Amino acid sequence: MARTDQYEGHDYYGVDALLSEDHLLARDAVRAWVKQEVSPIIEEYSERAECPKQLFKGLAEIGAYGPSLPVEYGGGGMDEIAYGVIMQELERGDSGVRSMASVQGSLVMYPIYRFGSEEQKRKYLPKLGSGEFIGCFGLTEPDHGSNPGGMITRYEDDGDHVILNGAKLWITNSPVADIAVVWAKGPDGKIRGLIVEKGMKGFTAPEIHGKWSLRASITGELVFEDVRVPKSNILPEVAGLKGPLSCLSKARYGIAWGAIGAALDCYDSALRYSKERIQFDKPIAGFQLTQKKLAEMITEITKAQLLAWRLGTLANEGKASPAQISMAKRNNVHMALEIAREARQIHGGMGITNEYPVMRHMMNLETVLTYEGTHDIHLLITGMDVTGINAFK
Amino acid sequence: MKQLVCISRTPETTANIALNGDGTDIQTDGLNYILNPYDEWYALVRALELKEAQGGTVTVINVGGAENDIVIRKALAIGADDAIRVDAQPSSAMAVAKMIADATKDGAYDIVYCGKESIDYNGSMTASMLAEYLGLPFVSYASHMDVSGNTATIKRDIEGGTETVEVPTPFVLSAAKGLAEQRIPNMRGIMMAKRKPINVVSPGEAKNNAVVSMYELPKGKGDIKMIDPDNMEELVRLLKEEAKVL
Repeated sequence: MARTDQYEGHDYYGVDALLSEDHLLARDAVRAWVKQEVSPIIEEYSERAECPKQLFKGLAEIGAYGPSLPVEYGGGGMDEIAYGVIMQELERGDSGVRSMASVQGSLVMYPIYRFGSEEQKRKYLPKLGSGEFIGCFGLTEPDHGSNPGGMITRYEDDGDHVILNGAKLWITNSPVADIAVVWAKGPDGKIRGLIVEKGMKGFTAPEIHGKWSLRASITGELVFEDVRVPKSNILPEVAGLKGPLSCLSKARYGIAWGAIGAALDCYDSALRYSKERIQFDKPIAGFQLTQKKLAEMITEITKAQLLAWRLGTLANEGKASPAQISMAKRNNVHMALEIAREARQIHGGMGITNEYPVMRHMMNLETVLTYEGTHDIHLLITGMDVTGINAFK
Repeated sequence: MKQLVCISRTPETTANIALNGDGTDIQTDGLNYILNPYDEWYALVRALELKEAQGGTVTVINVGGAENDIVIRKALAIGADDAIRVDAQPSSAMAVAKMIADATKDGAYDIVYCGKESIDYNGSMTASMLAEYLGLPFVSYASHMDVSGNTATIKRDIEGGTETVEVPTPFVLSAAKGLAEQRIPNMRGIMMAKRKPINVVSPGEAKNNAVVSMYELPKGKGDIKMIDPDNMEELVRLLKEEAKVL
């Protein structure tokens, strides 16, 4: 039996006053959509470790794929803060649902828009924007996660085509994807992006099972065995790691906002529960140790909201640096995970059940903490940025 | 077909309402507002469905200050073509009805919609007063409507059943649950709404024949009394004397 989603937003510092009319309308629309389409089903799908595939179309209809890309290419023509608040509301529902949308928008549509030929943009972007095509992004390999530059997936020249060999791992959406944007080394040793289509001979995308996190999001591998890819499917406008890294900056930016949504849902649930749960003849919200948890939660959420808003303003001006995005992603995801843990304690035993969203958020956030750049690697990015010294190797 | 939908701004359904010291007004600080659900989910969406099936335009009208523009913009994002905002504070149902009538009497609208009530004051008065000011037939609490040519067939929920009425256009209706289903605006609609006009007009003359003297909030729920299962006499006494249900 699906419970009623009683979520209310929390805005302790009046950050809403910094948002425009269309940001607020976008947020309310996505919140309404999540309450209608996600909340009633997400616990069951998570429990069954099944991806609610019907949401792919719904996410397209609401406009969650590439909202900040131009309308003519299937996007929404909105700004970066609008993109952020949309991701926040989706992740308020579930990190897996947010992942479905951020992969499609930031990791598939964005590289084709930014680095693709006009023909590639016309061919793929409108269909990705409308949800007719689902995309995935292949960078991480079994032996190359934090060190993507060491990748071994490569292609060789073959006339009008290239021959692609290798494997990618931990790829969100891959088993259901119609296309994959795959990063591979060419004969010159440089990394380029290729659009690999489902059905190309030698290309398979098996599903990964047994995840205890992001259970409502489908994850898989990409396996390439002598796959012949037309040269016209290579993204012409970029070579080198900066191609995939610029996509990751876009996605990490969305995660910095999204994590606030998960944190808000946990805080909202904990606040309500603590006022209803009576122990020693009074609500547990009346005890100092519960208040300490709640006060620290809203303090950290407020700081994260301000960080995300400022980052969004910089992004709108084209001034958000990858290092600034790393700081926000790292801080906000860690903040959300800590809040999920504290919220779980406030819920007591109920907190480990699917009657409440906190355990699901907590398990999801364990993934979000290390995907799209691990918590530790983002720390080293900040470290390198402030010292000028590379401590990665 | 030209359709007009009257929309209002109301505190959101979960808002905690507080009064000022002497109970003569509601404290509005910190309140979040929404588009009145009866106007949005039922009236506006049914008007849009008819427009999609039969063509024409849907205009929304609101009485209020610039702070109402965001709910007007939401109506435009859901699909209304344009908007009129009568630049005045809505002081009573009669004043609002008069101002809407003054602003739209030359508009030649075929169907004029209101929600059956706003969820804050629950007056259910504006629609009928508007019909009177416009000199049009009025159908209240419409839960289903088909339009064929110049005739609308409308179902109304009445006690114990439904009533079906036919009415020629133009007319005024108040929309109840069932007339349509909620539509959530998408991002493209929100961006398109930015380019749609909100025409701000000055109010015509309107006076209030009835004024609110004060508000009161409901009393808090009483404490639960635990009665010993063996003490039925005490239970019966309390039900009789305190709860007064026996």
